[in-house]
Amino acid sequence: MVYIFQQALNALQLGSIYALIALGYTMVYGILTMINFAHGDLFMIGAFFCFLIAVYLHLSFVPTLLLSMLGVAFLGVIIERLAYKPLRNAPRVSAIITALGVGLFLENFTLALSPYPQHIPPLLENTTWTLGTLSISSLQILVIVLSLVLMLLLDFIVQRTKAGMAMRAISWDKTIVPLMGVPVNKIISLTFAIGTGLGGSAGMMYGLAYPVIDPYMGIMVGWKAFISAVIGGIGNIRGAMIGGFILGAVEIMVAAFFPSTYRDFVAFTLLLILLIVRPYGILGKPQPQKV
Amino acid sequence: MKKSAIFIVLLVILSLGICGCGKDDSSQIKIGVIAELTGDIPAVGASCKNAAEMAAAEINDAGGIQLAEKKYKIKLIIEDNAGKADQSASSAQKLITQQKVTAIVGPNASRYALPAAEIAESGKVVLITPWSTAPKATLDSKTGASKKYVFRACFIDPFQGGVLAKFALDNLHLKKAAVLYDVASEYNKGIAEIFREVYEKNGGKVVAFETYTTNDKDFSSQLTKIKKAAPDVIFLPNYYSEVPLQIQQAKRLGITVPFIGSDSWGSEELIKLCGKDCNDYYFSTHYAADAATDATKKFIANYKSKYGTTPDDVAALTYDSFGLLWQALKTAGKNDRQAVRDALAKIPLYGGVTGNMQFREGSGDPVKSAVILKIKDGKFTWFANAKP
Repeated sequence: MVYIFQQALNALQLGSIYALIALGYTMVYGILTMINFAHGDLFMIGAFFCFLIAVYLHLSFVPTLLLSMLGVAFLGVIIERLAYKPLRNAPRVSAIITALGVGLFLENFTLALSPYPQHIPPLLENTTWTLGTLSISSLQILVIVLSLVLMLLLDFIVQRTKAGMAMRAISWDKTIVPLMGVPVNKIISLTFAIGTGLGGSAGMMYGLAYPVIDPYMGIMVGWKAFISAVIGGIGNIRGAMIGGFILGAVEIMVAAFFPSTYRDFVAFTLLLILLIVRPYGILGKPQPQKV
Repeated sequence: MKKSAIFIVLLVILSLGICGCGKDDSSQIKIGVIAELTGDIPAVGASCKNAAEMAAAEINDAGGIQLAEKKYKIKLIIEDNAGKADQSASSAQKLITQQKVTAIVGPNASRYALPAAEIAESGKVVLITPWSTAPKATLDSKTGASKKYVFRACFIDPFQGGVLAKFALDNLHLKKAAVLYDVASEYNKGIAEIFREVYEKNGGKVVAFETYTTNDKDFSSQLTKIKKAAPDVIFLPNYYSEVPLQIQQAKRLGITVPFIGSDSWGSEELIKLCGKDCNDYYFSTHYAADAATDATKKFIANYKSKYGTTPDDVAALTYDSFGLLWQALKTAGKNDRQAVRDALAKIPLYGGVTGNMQFREGSGDPVKSAVILKIKDGKFTWFANAKP
C-alpha cells in the first residue's frame, strides 16, 4: 500500500511537469493550429536561465522563478515575431519545419556556450519527511503544488478574463474575429508569452527536481509533453493537464509493476490503444472534414 | 550567368580553403583522434583531446619521431563525434579515406567505439580505443573472433564486473545487491549483466535489476522499487552525468545503503555535479592519481601544469594509447598502416602510466590490473588494487 502511494507521488511529480509543458503546445495549437516543436527547447532554456540566475545573481527561489519565466516568455514572443509570424499564411508544413529549425538553433546555441552538463545549486533547503517507509520530500510537494497553482491561474485567465475570451475567440475563427476589433497579433503574442512562460517555469522546476541540466534535455521531455497534449486532445487546455498526469502515471506505474525494461514499450502501447479508441484525445472534439 | 560563374569559382576556392587539401607533407605522420567533445559526456572528449595534444607535442618538441633514417613530425586530426554513434562511424570513414591517417585513437565510450571500430577494421587501419571496455569493440561482429586492426588501452568489462562483484562481497561484506543501469547503452548493459553473474555465482543475491534509457532524468519509479527490495548495496554502472541524479533521487526517497560504480564514474565532473552526495562511495577504474609511481607522477605533473586539472582515467589511457602507437611506429620503422598494425600486435610488455599491459595473443585486449577508488571529501583516493 505504502509502495503504491509512494509511486503515486512520483507519478504526480513527473505528471505535473509534463502537464505544464503540454500546456504550451496545446495553447499555440489552439490558436494557430501549429505545433511549436521548439517548445521543448524553450523548456531547456528555462532551466538554463534558472541556472544562470541562481549561479551569477544569487537570487532566491521566487525571483529566480519569475525572472526565468519572464525571460523565456520574452524569448517565446521574439521567436513568434521573427520566425512564425511571416509564415502564418504559409502551408502548415513550413511552419513545422521552421519550428524544428528554431529548436535546433536553441540546442546548438546552448551547446556552443558550453557542452558540459551543469549543476543547478539547490535554491531551497530540501527536507525529507518519512512516515514509516513512505518518504515525502519538500521538493516533491513544491513541484506538485506550484504546477497546480500555475495551471489553475491559467485556467482562470483563459476562462474568466477578457484576454482569455479573445484567445478562445481567435481559436474559433481567425478571419472574423479581427473584424470585431480584437487585436489578433497582440493576443497571439500573449498566448506565446503565457505558453512559453509556463514551459520556462517547468524547466526551472525540472532543473530543481533533477539538478543536472544539459542542452539536449528538452528533446525527450518535449516529445513526451507533446504526446500528453495529444492524449488530452490537442488544442484543449484542460485536456493537456489531464494528458500530462496520465502520461506521468502510466510511465511510473508500468515501471513499478512490470520489469522497467518494458516501460516505454508498455506505456506507449497503452497510449496508442487510447488514441485508437478516442482519436481526438480525451477532451478533444472531432472536427469533421468538409469535402 | 556571369554572377553564377563567379559564385561557383568562389565556392570552389572556399571549399579548397576549408578542407585544406594542400600538398601532402611526406615528413609528417597523420594520426586521427575521435573524441566526444560535445554531446552527453563532453568531459570524456575533452580529457582525450588534451592528452592527445600533449602526447603529440612531446614528440614534436623533441624534433619528431625517428623512423629508419628520417624524423617525422606528428600531425593530429581531431574529430568531434558529438556523442553520436553515426557520427563516430562517419568520422572514422573521413579520417581513413580523406585524411589518410596512419592510425586512429578513440572514440572512448563503447557505444561510439563499436561503430568506429567496424569502419577501421574494414578500412584496415589501426584503431586504439583508450576507454571502451565493452568486449564487443575488439570482436568481429560476424564471426566473434578478434578484430585484426582494433586495439584498446584498458581492461575489459568481464574483468571489471567481476572485480566489482567480488569487492562488494569480500571487502564490503554486502550480500544483497540492486542494479540500476541504462539498457540502451552497450557498456552499462554489459557490465551490469556480468556483475549479476559473478555476484550470484559467489554467493550474493541480486534483489533488483532495474533499467532506464539514455537521457532519462527521472528514476523515481525504479528507485522506489529498489527500496522495496531492501538491498545492502546499489550498483550504478552509469556515466558521470547520470550518477549524481540517481544518487540524489535515491537519497530523497530515503535510501541509505552505499553505492558502488564502475570506471564511467571517474571524471572530476562527477564531484562537481554530485557535491557531497557521492562521498564515501567506491568505484573501479584504471589508475589512481594519488598512488602513482614515478613515470605516472611525471605525466600527472606535466598534464597539471598544462591544463590545470588532475588527469582522469580517460586522459591517462589516451596518453597510453599514444605511447603504444609510438612504440609500434618505432618497431615498424616506417609510416605504413599495415606495418604499424603488425608491430602493435607484437608489442612486448608495455609499461604505461596506467600500469603494465600486454595484448593477449591474437587479440587487441591487454591484460592489466584495476584499482578501486573511494570518494573521500570530494577527492578520488586509492583504496585497493585488483590483479587480473
